[in-house]
Amino acid sequence: MRASTERHTIAVLVDNEAGVLARVVGLFSGRGYNIESLTVAEVDHAAHTSRVTVVTSGTPDVIEQIEAQLRRLVPVHGVVNWTLASPGIEREMALVKVAGTGDKRQEAMRICEIFRAHIVDTTHTSFVFEITGAPEKIDNFVDLMRPLGLVDVSRTGVAAISRGPEAM
Amino acid sequence: MDRDGTTLVLENAPKSLEMSGAEMVIRALKDQGVKHIFGYPGGAVLPIYDALFAQNDIVHVLCRHEQGAAHAAEGYARSTGKPGVVLVTSGPGATNVVTGLTDALMDSIPLIVLTGQVATHLIGTDAFQEADTVGITRACTKHNWLVKDVNELSRVLHEAFQIATTGRPGPVVVDIPKDVQFRKGTYVGPASVRHRTYKPKTDPDLGAIVRAIDLMASAKRPLFYTGGGLINSGPEASRLLRELVALTGFPVTSTLMGLGAFPASSPVWLGLVGMHGTYESNHAMHDCDVMICLGARFDDRVTGKIDVFSPGSKKIHLDIDPAQINKNVRVDVPIVADATKALKEILHFWKTQKRKVDAAALKAWWKQIDTWRAKKSLTFKNSDTIIKPQYAVDRLYELTRGRDVYITTEVGQHQMWAAQRFKFEEPNRWMTSGGLGTMGYGLPAAVGVQMAHPDALVIDIAGEASVQMTMQEMSTAVQYDLPIKIFILNNEYMGMVRQWQQLLHGGRYSHSYSQALPDFVKLAEAYGGVGLRATTPSELDAKIMEMIDSKKPVLFDCRVDPTENCYPMIPSGKAHNEMILSDAMEEETVVSDEGKMLV
Repeated sequence: MRASTERHTIAVLVDNEAGVLARVVGLFSGRGYNIESLTVAEVDHAAHTSRVTVVTSGTPDVIEQIEAQLRRLVPVHGVVNWTLASPGIEREMALVKVAGTGDKRQEAMRICEIFRAHIVDTTHTSFVFEITGAPEKIDNFVDLMRPLGLVDVSRTGVAAISRGPEAM
Repeated sequence: MDRDGTTLVLENAPKSLEMSGAEMVIRALKDQGVKHIFGYPGGAVLPIYDALFAQNDIVHVLCRHEQGAAHAAEGYARSTGKPGVVLVTSGPGATNVVTGLTDALMDSIPLIVLTGQVATHLIGTDAFQEADTVGITRACTKHNWLVKDVNELSRVLHEAFQIATTGRPGPVVVDIPKDVQFRKGTYVGPASVRHRTYKPKTDPDLGAIVRAIDLMASAKRPLFYTGGGLINSGPEASRLLRELVALTGFPVTSTLMGLGAFPASSPVWLGLVGMHGTYESNHAMHDCDVMICLGARFDDRVTGKIDVFSPGSKKIHLDIDPAQINKNVRVDVPIVADATKALKEILHFWKTQKRKVDAAALKAWWKQIDTWRAKKSLTFKNSDTIIKPQYAVDRLYELTRGRDVYITTEVGQHQMWAAQRFKFEEPNRWMTSGGLGTMGYGLPAAVGVQMAHPDALVIDIAGEASVQMTMQEMSTAVQYDLPIKIFILNNEYMGMVRQWQQLLHGGRYSHSYSQALPDFVKLAEAYGGVGLRATTPSELDAKIMEMIDSKKPVLFDCRVDPTENCYPMIPSGKAHNEMILSDAMEEETVVSDEGKMLV
């Protein structure tokens, strides 16, 4: 009997010290956990804290271990699993480059409007779209662009936050 | 180091002092109560060695290899309950210490390892003896630091002690570039720093305590499964365990790491649990209905095949490290706390709520246990002509009884025979590499133990293969007049490898025989120690007495049966109740292909 794999979004608030990202990433690689996406940036300059958002997958037992192991790291202030905690908001930004002319170019622009993406660079033969949304929305957008001349994708990875007035 | 602000420097701190980084290191060690450090000098730590030279409070033990220094510090730590301190140079000094760090991490031993580093302006240039020490040691330390600013140094050193010794203890590394050692800065004392994020939970949740004693009171077939966490928590935890066992009358078994927390002479002691544990311990683990795990972590060497591990039991798990809960085995009542504090609460609630055990059920349970005990799973066929390794350990135990004895071991068959047969009555008397299984641990560990306990009888029960991995520390023992006794069960094989090759690999003894061995007697003499050899059972006692009476380090070459196997044994991939005893062992190989995959 094997439990099925689930996708979880975990936020880790850390002290912004040298090597802290390596500690988080090393924990995942060292223990054989997956990282599907990773986002990290300083969130409070005065308090010297950064927020790492990791999208990972594993069985419920593995997810429980990942959270426990993350909490064990010395510079970690807190860990929240947004997939298990009260509903959170997940957003990701992507820059998507599509090259083409004629009907395909027209179709790409139409899809851009439907998805409320922005065009941030244009040449006669290419567009760069900026799109923000839940990861699934970006997946769909990229899939639709594929037959229309998709040449490059850059994604930020997921940022997540809770709804309502509380901090993590 | 970036200004990380992990620690607040309190405003009412005692008056600070101006000094060099190297002087700060010595000052911080003194302020932390350090009396002994183990190390090896080199270019990148010369300023610290210079500062050591200028003082007499801290004794530096010059080891012969940085791995030896780390294991010596581990032995020191485990036998005293105090942290072990290591000082080594950059590059190879740091990489050589990695095995000791990993060993200490696996066995939760508090080590503070100070490494020299090339000057800050040379970091990243592939300078001479440069290594990315914090990168290399990140995975084998509880925490580590590279200190680039001398004004951060004293704070980091005090933090290092705090992190190494509190919560689940472990090794830490402080990497100090050479220019930082020379530079002048401001020293702050230990009382003036407080960590911002590191706050290990040590007080138990009382709800969990009550649920635990509910389970204990309802138990029909209870069992205490005790581990190294009880030792790490301090002698009080062992005392409280004894009190709790006296109140309940429950049977007690122990992991390799936990030996000594409960007296082996007690009638309710079942002996070692796990792969080479006793028949009664493992069957009791399998059949119990309430398992009370105190400071152990359901290691694969204890559980055997995990999906058939103790299938019918409710499990209480006390551990100071929340990450151990539900890691290998799902438990019913987790208690995240320091063992001493949790045991105090368990005892308090058990007494004040006037709890009683199910005496009738317990009596039946003991009757069952006695039938398992009747198997006498540690018996072996002795010989008049050849020394059986079990006999050698038994004689060593009998002849050292009543003395102030500390035992270290290497790794392999001799380690298991020692764990099975040497009877420990007190904690901190048994130093062995449990988690990492580091061959070469025992000799340097004995150096550290003897340094801390100059008048004690410190014996490394060794194998001839393991002991050669760190043999050079004999030189350290001679230099510091440490009369350690290296009792080598010499079977000319890497015995445990040979045993597995016999059981799992069709008797193809691939590279497990040592065709060339040194003459250990001459080797001892070459080092300036004493060499002794026993080849027959009849001369063994006299030779052991000669070893005990020697005032020098001794290499004892005890020639034992080369093909003796260590039983009982749970073969890989088998359950506790499928363990095999010595007489059943000559049958066909019983290990499945899946079992062979396991280590």
